[in-house]
Amino acid sequence: MEQTALTPDFSFLERAEASGPFNAAECFQCRKCTNGCPASFEMDLMPDQIIRLAVLGQRHEILQSKTIWICASCETCSTRCPNGVRIAELMDYFKEVAVRSGVAPALPRVAGFHQAFLGNIRHTGRVFEGALLPAWWLKTGQIGEKLRTGELRNDLKQALGLLGKKRMPLAPGKIKERSKIKAILRSSR
Amino acid sequence: MRVTYYPGCSLEGTARDYADSIHGVCEAMGVELQEVPDWNCCGATAAHSIDHQASVDLPGRNLELAGEVGNSDMLVPCPLCFNRLKSAVHEIEKGSEGFRTRLGLFTPKIWDLANFFATDKMLEKIASSVKNPLDGLEVVSYYGCMASRPPSVTGEPNYENPQSIDRIVKTLGATGMDWAYKTECCGASLMVSRPDVGFKMVAKILDMAKRVGAQAIVVSCQMCQLNLDMYQERIEAETGKVFGLPIVYFTELIGIAAGLPGASDTLSRHFVDPVPTLRKYLGCAATRHPGEPGPDPGRPE
Repeated sequence: MEQTALTPDFSFLERAEASGPFNAAECFQCRKCTNGCPASFEMDLMPDQIIRLAVLGQRHEILQSKTIWICASCETCSTRCPNGVRIAELMDYFKEVAVRSGVAPALPRVAGFHQAFLGNIRHTGRVFEGALLPAWWLKTGQIGEKLRTGELRNDLKQALGLLGKKRMPLAPGKIKERSKIKAILRSSR
Repeated sequence: MRVTYYPGCSLEGTARDYADSIHGVCEAMGVELQEVPDWNCCGATAAHSIDHQASVDLPGRNLELAGEVGNSDMLVPCPLCFNRLKSAVHEIEKGSEGFRTRLGLFTPKIWDLANFFATDKMLEKIASSVKNPLDGLEVVSYYGCMASRPPSVTGEPNYENPQSIDRIVKTLGATGMDWAYKTECCGASLMVSRPDVGFKMVAKILDMAKRVGAQAIVVSCQMCQLNLDMYQERIEAETGKVFGLPIVYFTELIGIAAGLPGASDTLSRHFVDPVPTLRKYLGCAATRHPGEPGPDPGRPE
């Protein structure tokens, strides 16, 4: 097995823990998080590996991983960790650091969905599902592909299905104190 | 009794059927819902993923408003909203700094809707309202993630094996079957942003429900409902398996068992039609779909 030198950067975890605490240093590598993770089949690094890399300060590997974006925040890992490591919350922390520091996400569509979602509520205060998906497609440049693959037909069929079942709103629900929502989301990236 | 009510965005949109069902059942059970005035989106997965401050302050504003309403209890049907509201309380109460939220002296007790209906008092009300017991109906209860996990936030004691929906369906006369996927994740927004991943996660759940022999899956989460219901046909096409599993809200079952007027109206708004499974509990007046011809008066039965 190939061995490479690694220079730990302990300040990375210190900064993370100051925003937590996430208790990452408590991990004793039992892998209970990884074994219970329902989305691990699509991850490039297993949740326990993310924790290990965090302890060793391997910022680059973590922030560029698919794993942080595939994590569905189901909280199974945090719930079951025998040492109280808040793994799912740490995944969120890494997502936010990646977005705020401009690291290109390994899964731009997943990151873009979160951004489109916050953009959707920024002006009205409530989610308007009718505009969320089109805004996300535009933001992540999917329209052309959707036309090519015929996927747009599936999506439209679904939207019409919801409409027919009176489950698709046609106008956004606006709140009165929209300025407060704008203020809360001012620093969002 | 009067309670504060935080519906959340999707109950005004893709889960309006759930909202209608909740209103019907609450009215029949003497639970008056007083909506939080001018409530806003809780920020959902998006906020807690990429903006921690907003993930506390968006629900925080709702908590401030809910405190002013003054009822001691607040019902929250959407488990993610429930979780984000509880998380915000948790974060503020531990004295974290840097948030705008200022909780007043009073914050109502925040209830996951299914847990509220599974209290002894509500179960008694439900039991006394049952007119059409759901005898012979075998279902699995599916709770998803957010009403249970993490227990340090939700306060749920049975986080690996929740019981609320099971207790409700049992009170209605149905059988809640044992199965291992009660709290398995449905993929949530991955269903949209990475359908390939979401489809696999939901297929596993549908497959297990089918294998234990359930006639339907009973849910309390509108996101789980949408993911298991709307995409079921496409997942069947991709996996080559046939599930045909109706995904019904526990409030719909309460309405049907209690014989509430209009209780079956929401059933036609599902993608997998629950009527064939539930027909015998609906009574004759309630089984008609919109568009389906009514009983023919000229022809004797």
